[in-house]
Amino acid sequence: MTIEATPTHLRDEQGPFFGEFGGRFMPESLIAALDELSAAYDVAKADPEFHRELAELHRTYTGRPSIITEVPRFAEHAGGARILLKREDLNHTGSHKICNVLGQALIAKRIGKTRLIAETGAGQHGVATATAAALFGMECVVYMGEVDTERQALNVARMRLLGATVIPVTTGTRTLKDALNEAFRDWVANVENTHYLLGTVAGPHPFPVMVRDFVKVIGEEARQQVIDLTGSLPDAVVACVGGGSNAIGIFHAFLDDPDVALHGFEAGGDGVDTLRHAASITMGRPGVLHGSRSIMLQDEDGQTIDSHSISAGLDYPGVGPEHAWLASIGRATYTPVTDAAAMQAFRLLCQTEGIIPAIESAHALAGAIELGRTLGEKATILVNLSGRGDKDVETAGAYFGVLDAGAGA
Amino acid sequence: MTGASVAPSPVASAIEASRQSRAGALIGYLPVGFPTLDDSVDAAVALVENGVDVLELGIPYSDPVMDGPVIQKATQASLDGGFRLRDAFTAVERIRARVDAPVLLMTYWNPVVQYGVGRFADDLVSAGGAGLITPDLTVDSGAVWLAESDRTGLDRVFLAAPTSTDERLRLAVENSRGFVYTVSTMGTTGARAELGAAAETLVGRLRSVGSVSACVGIGVSTPEQIAEILGYADGAIVGSALVRALADDGVPGVARLAARLASGTAR
Ligand SMILES: Cc1ncc(COP(=O)(O)O)c(C=O)c1O
Repeated sequence: MTIEATPTHLRDEQGPFFGEFGGRFMPESLIAALDELSAAYDVAKADPEFHRELAELHRTYTGRPSIITEVPRFAEHAGGARILLKREDLNHTGSHKICNVLGQALIAKRIGKTRLIAETGAGQHGVATATAAALFGMECVVYMGEVDTERQALNVARMRLLGATVIPVTTGTRTLKDALNEAFRDWVANVENTHYLLGTVAGPHPFPVMVRDFVKVIGEEARQQVIDLTGSLPDAVVACVGGGSNAIGIFHAFLDDPDVALHGFEAGGDGVDTLRHAASITMGRPGVLHGSRSIMLQDEDGQTIDSHSISAGLDYPGVGPEHAWLASIGRATYTPVTDAAAMQAFRLLCQTEGIIPAIESAHALAGAIELGRTLGEKATILVNLSGRGDKDVETAGAYFGVLDAGAGA
Repeated sequence: MTGASVAPSPVASAIEASRQSRAGALIGYLPVGFPTLDDSVDAAVALVENGVDVLELGIPYSDPVMDGPVIQKATQASLDGGFRLRDAFTAVERIRARVDAPVLLMTYWNPVVQYGVGRFADDLVSAGGAGLITPDLTVDSGAVWLAESDRTGLDRVFLAAPTSTDERLRLAVENSRGFVYTVSTMGTTGARAELGAAAETLVGRLRSVGSVSACVGIGVSTPEQIAEILGYADGAIVGSALVRALADDGVPGVARLAARLASGTAR
């Protein structure tokens, strides 16, 4: 069975602007590279051979399509709603990030670039980029905030094992936003042979559109999988939101299904009433950061405010412009989830279903628990389980060790 | 030129005057609030007293993607010291009360957006500022600023890069007022031992699309480099070297360096 989406065409937005959001606010030195990338992407998008090559890579290397798993024991804690996980954690390299990376790496190859650079927070995007560089025989440099190299040390080692150079970023707040700054600086100086493989649906045009197109396979698969399993569309689709790639990846196929509620969960850190959170849409204002107009945490003068989250991958004060737009038109709802709620959901999934999620994805799980309690047992909720928690074992171990004094966790 | 109908640009006039009396203009950059607001004002005044023709005051910003380590460190120190946007107008006003050189603000775009582009332009005019250099705002994304700078008569300096197409160079030339900021090399701000041939080639390309005022910046740090640049361009821009001198040796140090750099403008 298939269910036709209504022709409202929210899925057709191609940038550079999504409503008032998006655009290209970048130094002139990088405009030629962005134009080159836009042109190459447009050609690739229209080329069946490109799509065939990417699909084949996904089939034989990524492990797509990813499965969906129903989690009834977990769902008992979520008002009895039916909860389905889209298992991006089972992808090669452990998260949804590989979808974007393989797409962009193929584009980079097409335009003759021999060096890939990337920013990374949790290290998942860095690992995926290092993986693609190894696969395609390219040089790879990954910028990672010094704070993140400490809390995601395992992923630093993974990148190095894959042959990449990891450069700890010691400027600014020493987290993901500063890693982006450093990657842009590298790109300005090395644009001739280098592709900046940006890891989320943020940045200047064409990144938000191109990255979305590479991750939307998640929702396209999941939409049909849910229909095949349940006979209908889900009531709600849920994802965590850092820059927004896994969220747009699973939302996009449902944008023109008006009965499907879309919920993004931002990192609430210690709570949005404290200054320690990363809830960009909930607490931010429109402005320009990292090359596009979107919504971000900033002070009265437009200085970016430091974000905080227990999850390195969500610890970003901005968000992609398509999400800012979806929030502004009311098509998607964005809600903060605290560190504490995310960690409880993390442990719950481990212990009820035998699946260790990434702490990023645990924010979506926590959101799904709340949502299930509101929607009740007739509801079906599709959750993007964006990554696996291997990288987080140390953080989670320490977290529960402290909370429970070593017992019970 | 789009801006031809408004009052003559004070920056263009200062550059023109320097070309009459010397080989061309020396343009000096310093960030506002480094090491303190008072010292940054004194340092800027000292630049002009020692031969700098046009001042470029940098507005510290949390995410300066075009800046190298020296300027990043100084602007971060200014932010840590409590820099507020209104301090930029205060600095312009106080500098203009003491010296005659035109003062441009160099700013990333978000602070202007948050302040309000129109309000920012009005307050800059009131403070006696000449205009803006916008490192992350290009002409094609700058409709609001084009309109506000036309309304207020402020100068607007756009950047030209070695990688820019001729079409984009023309856009920068036609829409800049004051000068076109010619990016000497692909990279962020910071002193370089050698300036390649890229800057001269780029100025030549700018001339061929009609530029009458092209100034070269990024990597410039010695009187010899300045003399070389003024052989083909209208002005030379020095940033990181001055910031480092200020950091290391205070206002007297930056004054001495300015005087030495100014020797590179002799004909
Ligand atoms: C598993 C996982 N999920 C989510 C994210 C957040 O990024 P985005 O919002 O772009 O999906 C990350 C980022 O590192 C991640 O590793």
